[in-house]
Amino acid sequence: MMLFKIPVRNIKRSLRDYAIYFFTLIIGVSIFYVFNAIGGQAAMMRVSSSGNEIIEWLKTALSGVSVFVATILALLIVYASRFLMKRRNREFALYMLLGMGKANISAILLIETVIIGIGSLVVGLFVGIGLSQLMSALVANLFEADMTAYKLTVSGEAVGKTILFFTVMYFIVMLCNSGAVTKMKLIDLIQSGKKSEKIRIRNPFVCVMLFLVAALSLGYAYYQVGWNYENLSSGKIFICILLGVVATFLIFSSIAGLLLRIIMCMKKIYHRGLNAFTFRQISSKVSTMVFSMSAICLMLFVTICSLTTAFSVRNSLNSNLKALCPADAQIEFEINEAYDARDISDLYKKYGYELTDGFKEYVHFKTYSDESFTLNESFGSQLDELKKKYPFLNYETSETFVRLSDYNALMKLYGKQPLNLQDDEYIVICDYKSMKEIRDKALEKGNEITVFGKKLYSKYDECKDGFICISAQHINAGVYIVPDDVVTENCETMDLFTGNYDASTKDEKQNVEHIQREHISSVTSSLSEERNGEEVGILFDSKLDIYEAAVGLGAILAFLGLYIGIVFLVACGAILALKELSESVDSISKYDTLRKIGAEEKDISSSLFRQIGIFFLLPFLLAVIHSIVGMKFATKVMEIFGTEGMGQSIAITSGILLMIYGGYFMVTFINSKWIIKGR
Amino acid sequence: MELLKVEQIEKYYGNKSSLTKAIDDISFKVEKGEFVAIMGASGSGKTTLLNCISTIDRVTAGHIYLEGQDVTELKGKALNRFRREKLGFIFQDFNLLDTLTAYENISLALSIQKKNTDDIDAAIRNVAEQLGITEVLEKYPYQMSGGQKQRVASARAIITNPSIVLADEPTGALDSKSSKMLMERLTYLNKEQDATIMMVTHDSFSASYAGRVIFIKDGKIYHEISRGDGKRKEFFDKIIDVITLLGGDVNDAV
Repeated sequence: MMLFKIPVRNIKRSLRDYAIYFFTLIIGVSIFYVFNAIGGQAAMMRVSSSGNEIIEWLKTALSGVSVFVATILALLIVYASRFLMKRRNREFALYMLLGMGKANISAILLIETVIIGIGSLVVGLFVGIGLSQLMSALVANLFEADMTAYKLTVSGEAVGKTILFFTVMYFIVMLCNSGAVTKMKLIDLIQSGKKSEKIRIRNPFVCVMLFLVAALSLGYAYYQVGWNYENLSSGKIFICILLGVVATFLIFSSIAGLLLRIIMCMKKIYHRGLNAFTFRQISSKVSTMVFSMSAICLMLFVTICSLTTAFSVRNSLNSNLKALCPADAQIEFEINEAYDARDISDLYKKYGYELTDGFKEYVHFKTYSDESFTLNESFGSQLDELKKKYPFLNYETSETFVRLSDYNALMKLYGKQPLNLQDDEYIVICDYKSMKEIRDKALEKGNEITVFGKKLYSKYDECKDGFICISAQHINAGVYIVPDDVVTENCETMDLFTGNYDASTKDEKQNVEHIQREHISSVTSSLSEERNGEEVGILFDSKLDIYEAAVGLGAILAFLGLYIGIVFLVACGAILALKELSESVDSISKYDTLRKIGAEEKDISSSLFRQIGIFFLLPFLLAVIHSIVGMKFATKVMEIFGTEGMGQSIAITSGILLMIYGGYFMVTFINSKWIIKGR
Repeated sequence: MELLKVEQIEKYYGNKSSLTKAIDDISFKVEKGEFVAIMGASGSGKTTLLNCISTIDRVTAGHIYLEGQDVTELKGKALNRFRREKLGFIFQDFNLLDTLTAYENISLALSIQKKNTDDIDAAIRNVAEQLGITEVLEKYPYQMSGGQKQRVASARAIITNPSIVLADEPTGALDSKSSKMLMERLTYLNKEQDATIMMVTHDSFSASYAGRVIFIKDGKIYHEISRGDGKRKEFFDKIIDVITLLGGDVNDAV
């Protein structure tokens, strides 16, 4: 009974020490869960089944990263438990002085570990589940496209994995602790508080050498990945990543000694105010935490790269959708001479429907074509040259014409700028990049055409950006806008009806759309029946459809990128904050000494600020340098998904980093200040 | 010249139901250049007295004047400044920063005062010589013996030229050889550098290096003896006599 009471009371009494340990564990558990929860999710399922090369790579990378995460967490926990053991040496000494056996002390520790372990596991899992839900909802909301299907669900597999991993971890911690207990000597325990810490200072020469080696190998890896990527094989990438990791480790193991030497040479700065103390503190902190600093730096690197890339993919996706899909629905009816009706509304009426039902506003017009005017004529004098250059084009395709007034009415509906034309002018609109390039070449030279028996001149020497059909991408290969009286009525090719539903919420729109679909399928099937099963050219496009279809590979990758990035960022901040807080608890006596010899509270506070600031900044700086090269590579890989607006993505990423990482920094600083506050 | 004047100070601890008078109406004066030891048994109030003088603790009643300034009236920034510029501390457990070398520990006391960096080096070399720690200046606390650490701490206390050096059981954690060496060094600083030192101790041997010993019992001054021009050994015997008179309370003294 006694054995059980002591651990419970211990935990209650030394709540502050335990709080740090407990939080470390909770964060460890939740991050492990959150990370493992990605695997079994809908988004991942869909990505996995696509069999894309990038996905294979991503899967390998993810499993690699999860091992990395597990290792970091394992080390974090062992470190935290050792920190706790160290702080309690006096307590153990007291137990031993009172005649308690080592077996009993081990038992107390065991019970404590079990209590804390179970507690942190339960709380951590809840936090993890909450965190993953929150984060996936947050990330899904960042997309214009409908990502709700990809919100993470509670993953039983991840829960099982987490429990297994941490049970093993706690078991190891217990073994370590009882091992430490059997090795304890009473005399060391009693004197533990008074002994001064050993300071390890590396030989400056060794530091310089290590730093140079690290810088050189980093330089090589940077060059290979950032500038020489054409010659990269997957094996080489692996070598570069390995080099980067090792170099990062070497930099952190040498930089403390190196910087300290440099600053010590600047005597004026070194011996000003509390500088000597500040720099010594930083150097001792960094050199005792080389591994964690490197891990944090690498995690930050992954964070920055995945956030920026994911944001730019998401941005171009969103902006394309917004710009290219400005109306709710569009019905295209291919005019067929054999039908009774040349107008879709007549066709609707014939089968008992009203086309404009359910629409708040709409534009209805026809497009035209001149059989004798194809791409051949369009290119005029440039034809031969272009034919040689682009042999794959079908030069017999008829060009499409739209009357100016129709086009301007449509633009009004789309909320875009109208065009102006003289009686003998035309404008080509096109937003398909490669087609625009070809058309521009022709427009630059000869811009006189003859259509419907009239001579027209191009108003501009290039295509104007624009489209008439809604879509998710830039796919308008070219449409001629001509004055109203140019076209002849019997040359109609297509009847185009575009409109916005008389509905405001998404649900209402879905209802309207459902009715529209029924009408169309009824009209189509009736017409088809009438024509003996002939296929009928009525197309229905809707914003809702397009948005849903836009959730492609790119969107899912962006989703995963954002998710992993934010998880990593939260983890990095937490690890740094916990380390710094435990460090502050250990340093209370140092600050007391400073106060006793008369240091101003203001100076102590600014020293603390600098220590924590540099501690947070060092891994961040290296991560930023890594990221610049990494981003160069990532933009190349992700190009197909659209990486427009990189600047904006970088700005958003910086904002998020500043908020989360900076927030952690401020919280750590304020708490540390409170910890070291004099009584 | 009168440097420190303690006037009828009192310090109470606890609440109404259990009131402890740690200091009960103590008054004395310390002249400039004096080396005063305060002796008393554990719980006699000697450390409380030192803490009140050093402004670490506040008195319940009475006044303490240092160079004519009432230190019990000081607050906030002025208090920090007073501590920094007028006082030098030596603690029983050294209170050295273990991430800094001996040199840096000493220089810190000066740089906190925003002293010109050019003058720091010479000042440290000088005081290190006087205290015999020149060869350990580049070492870290964990590489030094207790005696060396305490001499480094003394160097840190004295280098700012404080009006008075306050030492709280400076030999408490040292062996007799180190104690002797430290006390000789402090005496040297007192005689040659004209440093005013006030030391709290329960060790008669250490106290015998002082010029005057004030005995405290139950928060009150019990007795006071001066060494005059006599030898240290004679003074030591005198101290032992007083302690015997005190009733064997200080029977842990050598």
